[in-house]
Amino acid sequence: MIGHQTLERLRPTIPFQASMLALTVMLASAALSVADRATRQPIADAVARDTRASLAQVLPPDSFDNDPAADVLDTSDGGMPVTVHVARKSGVPTAVVLATSTRGYAGEIGLVVGISREQRVLGVRVTRHSETPGLGDKIEIAKSDWVASFAGRHLSDPETAKWAVRKDGGVFDQFAGATITPRAVVAAVKRCLVLYRSEHEQWFSVRKP
Amino acid sequence: MSTYRKILREGLWDNNMIASQLLAMCPAMAVTATATNGLGMGLATTAVLVASNTLVSSIRHLVPSAVRIPIFIVLIASLVTLVDLALNAWLHELYKVLGLFIALIVVNCGILGRAESFASRSSVPRAALDGLAMGLGFTLAMVAIGAVREVIGSGSLFAQAQLLLGPAFGFLELRLFDGGALLMVLPPGGFLVLGGLLAAKRALEGARRRRGVVVAQSA
Repeated sequence: MIGHQTLERLRPTIPFQASMLALTVMLASAALSVADRATRQPIADAVARDTRASLAQVLPPDSFDNDPAADVLDTSDGGMPVTVHVARKSGVPTAVVLATSTRGYAGEIGLVVGISREQRVLGVRVTRHSETPGLGDKIEIAKSDWVASFAGRHLSDPETAKWAVRKDGGVFDQFAGATITPRAVVAAVKRCLVLYRSEHEQWFSVRKP
Repeated sequence: MSTYRKILREGLWDNNMIASQLLAMCPAMAVTATATNGLGMGLATTAVLVASNTLVSSIRHLVPSAVRIPIFIVLIASLVTLVDLALNAWLHELYKVLGLFIALIVVNCGILGRAESFASRSSVPRAALDGLAMGLGFTLAMVAIGAVREVIGSGSLFAQAQLLLGPAFGFLELRLFDGGALLMVLPPGGFLVLGGLLAAKRALEGARRRRGVVVAQSA
């Protein structure tokens, strides 16, 4: 160890200052890369668990016997990436869950939308968002049952023009003080239904081994 | 021993991070729409503050003063990232509630402020205690602002406390009335309540000082 006096003498010199700064940054980077390595797998596992749990929330439990979290197809809709999870029973597609995201008030809102073969919404859940706590976060099922108002809806129920929040002449409630968030979610669910109508034949024709 | 008591007193009341130093205004405005959010942010910040104060204090003899600010910033930012990664990996349920707040801790100038003005000049135990006291004082102020905004703004208190603290704390949630003044939940409400909090603290201290003078004169 260097003595106290040597340290006193070294401290005002530029090379010492530069090397202390460099050392700090190196140690910090090393610690971060070790932490990143150590946590990558647990984080991926936790995210996969979340995906499974959110898929289970928007699919009737007896409607599938495969693992929809693994039965995936990637596509996109107007620039937004969409992941299609196909639920099958004895190999026959029974429903799909579209995992997508939309732009909310304060960043991206991640959604899963379950759609039945009859083109009805089975359920909608928000998987991640950064909307204003206490205002826009009512899109979470834990904070409000607002997203439940989509269950059973169809592109013709309500009619296309009414697929909007009340403020825009639609049938879905907005939240006091937060219109942008529910507007984005309503539009995203509608887009998913439109995408399903035009693309589902193609999704189901892709056979999984 | 009395210096330790003084450190506690400074952090909790006399030199409270929000109510006296007027630091950490960003989280104080942004996440105090409910008391629960204030509590979550306060506790996460306290943990980071204790760790950063301890770390800064233990290397204080090695850090040249010319480059101390970038070094402290690197340390604090890395610490916050480590906490973020660790919570996400191993306490994922808690992360889903607190995740929103953790990245915000980096921009809390109160943490750099304590590293700079206290931890870099004090022994490790004092720096750690100062981190704890400042963090708890911050938590207290955050919960106070959050509680006032939540009660007036949404008519509830500690809503969703069970998401943060576990199901055993569901009893904390109070439903007082429906509706409420939306203004208090929006950003202006944060400024109004903060102003009220500062005025109340000044008035309280002023009254105490006057009483002290009277007692001193009559003695």
